[in-house]
Amino acid sequence: MAEKQKKPAKSAAGLTHEGREYSAETLMEMHDSMLFIRRFEEKAGQLYGLKKIGGFCHLCNGQEAVCVGVQHAAEAGDYFMTGYRDHGHILARGAAPTAVMAELLGRAGGMVHGKGGSMHMFDAKLNFAGGNGIVGEQVPVGLGFGFASKYRGDGRVSVCFMGDGAINQGAVYESFNMASLWKLPIVFVIENNQYAMGTSLDRASAETHLFKRGISFKVPGMQLDGMDVLEVERRMSEALVHARSGEGPIIVEAITYRYRGHSMSDPATYRSRAEVDEWRSGRDPIARLQAQIVDAGLATEDEFKQKDRDIKKEVNAIAKAAEAQPEPDAAEMWADVYSDPIEGAYPYPGKVG
Amino acid sequence: MSKITYRDALNQAMCEEMQRDENVFLMGEEVAEYNGAYKISQGMLEKFGPKRVIDTPITELGFAGLGVGAAMAGLRPIIEFMTWNFAILALDQIVNAAAKMKYMSAGQYSVPMVFRGAGGSAARVGSQHSQSLENWLANVPGLKVVMPSNPADAKGLLKSSIRDNDPVIFIENEINYGDVGEVPDEDYLIPLGKADIKRAGSDVTIVAHSRMTGFALTAADELAKQGIDAEVIDPRTIKPLDEATILTSVAKTNRAVIAEEGWRFAGIGAEISARIMEKAFDDLDAPVARVTGKDVPMAYAANLELMTLPSVADIVEAARVVCNRA
Ligand SMILES: Cc1ncc(C[n+]2csc(CCOP(=O)(O)OP(=O)(O)O)c2C)c(N)n1
Ligand SMILES: [Mg+2]
Repeated sequence: MAEKQKKPAKSAAGLTHEGREYSAETLMEMHDSMLFIRRFEEKAGQLYGLKKIGGFCHLCNGQEAVCVGVQHAAEAGDYFMTGYRDHGHILARGAAPTAVMAELLGRAGGMVHGKGGSMHMFDAKLNFAGGNGIVGEQVPVGLGFGFASKYRGDGRVSVCFMGDGAINQGAVYESFNMASLWKLPIVFVIENNQYAMGTSLDRASAETHLFKRGISFKVPGMQLDGMDVLEVERRMSEALVHARSGEGPIIVEAITYRYRGHSMSDPATYRSRAEVDEWRSGRDPIARLQAQIVDAGLATEDEFKQKDRDIKKEVNAIAKAAEAQPEPDAAEMWADVYSDPIEGAYPYPGKVG
Repeated sequence: MSKITYRDALNQAMCEEMQRDENVFLMGEEVAEYNGAYKISQGMLEKFGPKRVIDTPITELGFAGLGVGAAMAGLRPIIEFMTWNFAILALDQIVNAAAKMKYMSAGQYSVPMVFRGAGGSAARVGSQHSQSLENWLANVPGLKVVMPSNPADAKGLLKSSIRDNDPVIFIENEINYGDVGEVPDEDYLIPLGKADIKRAGSDVTIVAHSRMTGFALTAADELAKQGIDAEVIDPRTIKPLDEATILTSVAKTNRAVIAEEGWRFAGIGAEISARIMEKAFDDLDAPVARVTGKDVPMAYAANLELMTLPSVADIVEAARVVCNRA
């Protein structure tokens, strides 16, 4: 946890944190990725306000260290699956940001051609197997990816995200049990942002130490500070080694916080401003990494300010490019229902008779 | 009469029934402290306290089953699903437990409860959050399926559903929640299984439920301008279905259109048109027409969503076809 954490020390190439070396380049990559996600989400929020993005839109401001730390620990071949708060995860994974933004705007060049929107981002080339709108849906699906990896012996790990609300779905426990029984290579990452919509963790969970939820299935668990990208990266690496080694699944509980409401339509009156401020200004993952980098003499505050201006500009250009795209082609409506379209099904002609 | 929203009508129905019968309680996600994800239960925690207005974890299968057991033990649960999309997780308890307990126990146990929440498509929420399940549920013996289209019906039907001695599937519509309508001030019930003629007409019968009732009424206005006098029937309850009102209307108009938001395959329109064919074949001057959503998952993009949903224009077109005016 944050309290126990030691200060990182300077090293020749970058800095050393809890015995792990980070090059200046890696640190900057992590920083830029987090800051990019932050500014991207702010832009998405703005476009939602302008009614250019519709439906449900869940932003991940505050949770960037989880997106980026996990990503840095994982390998390109590892499978990812998430809930609906998926923009940050797919961006961290390396998806084209213009395509992510275009998806939010319901455009032809979106990640899934405008079919999914905010909640349903997919990129099979990046082994990103989807954002899901039904709470907990991705957990048994992740189990299946883990099963396939074990079946083929391909050495991949499935990184299956869920929230502190999703953890209470029954299928999660069915999945823990099967994953453990068959020693499947899965890291279950709980993004514990302490609220499921308006329900605080303690109002929904009898055991609030969510990393312990695997005990009766013999699934080990660890809790980490999800506001510290270096800690996320380091502990997640350990978890991935465990899962990849054939020892079976493991649970990683990342304690984090969402700065915004649950979705764009939630005023979040169920928590105090003081509480939000405490996390926002006291534990912000981006500010924290910046301070560590400045302390290590690897960059200056001015350089970070300039970087922020550059990223904002980049995000604005992305939004413009995405907005300029056309809506998806009408034929898209009928495409991809089946691999081999059914003859004589209802190709509803639009007219009667 | 008072003018209130569909949302407030549902709220009043629950409050009145909870005042009347202390065995009635409300349980679901965000129903208490958050006052409901769609604010249907606004103020109910304050009124009735945490014993009777209960927030759950996100565990649909579990709390739906809790409702079944509590109903068998003599309480009258109202189980709210934030939307019916999430009730898919609870289908086993609804279909295999709630619907069948009476029969399996040879009548020793009843399951007097309501499963309620928003169904159909909301706006731009994508395929996992936009679908109509009334045909799945109406297919199950032991369940009743209620789908109000306006505030007055919402209140009267929900009160009857809560008092009903069997499990009732009560499907609201998110897009209708803000609709305002006249609602009687006095205590009233609307019996399940009684359709309502929302507009009388002589040329064509349009049967439409839930949000499609409004679409059908708008279509009827347009048809009137074109010289076609449409009768609009809202079945209000899909099961039991008020076949008599529909057949009487078809005997008069000799033509029928059925509009529904859901998928065409084995939809509500298929059931109603089969009944018209079976019992009123000789009354028909044209084949029954169905207007439905397209048989595809709902896309997010605004243009695709619009194409996927049935429209007022589709209903007008179908009515013209059955009237030989297309
Ligand atoms: C099965 C199901 N039930 C309810 C919902 C409505 N819902 C959407 S998100 C959410 C809260 C989930 O919270 P959590 O798992 O903590 O994830 P977070 O939003 O905090 O990232 C709820 C209840 C849903 N989408 N699916
Ligand atoms: Mg949460």
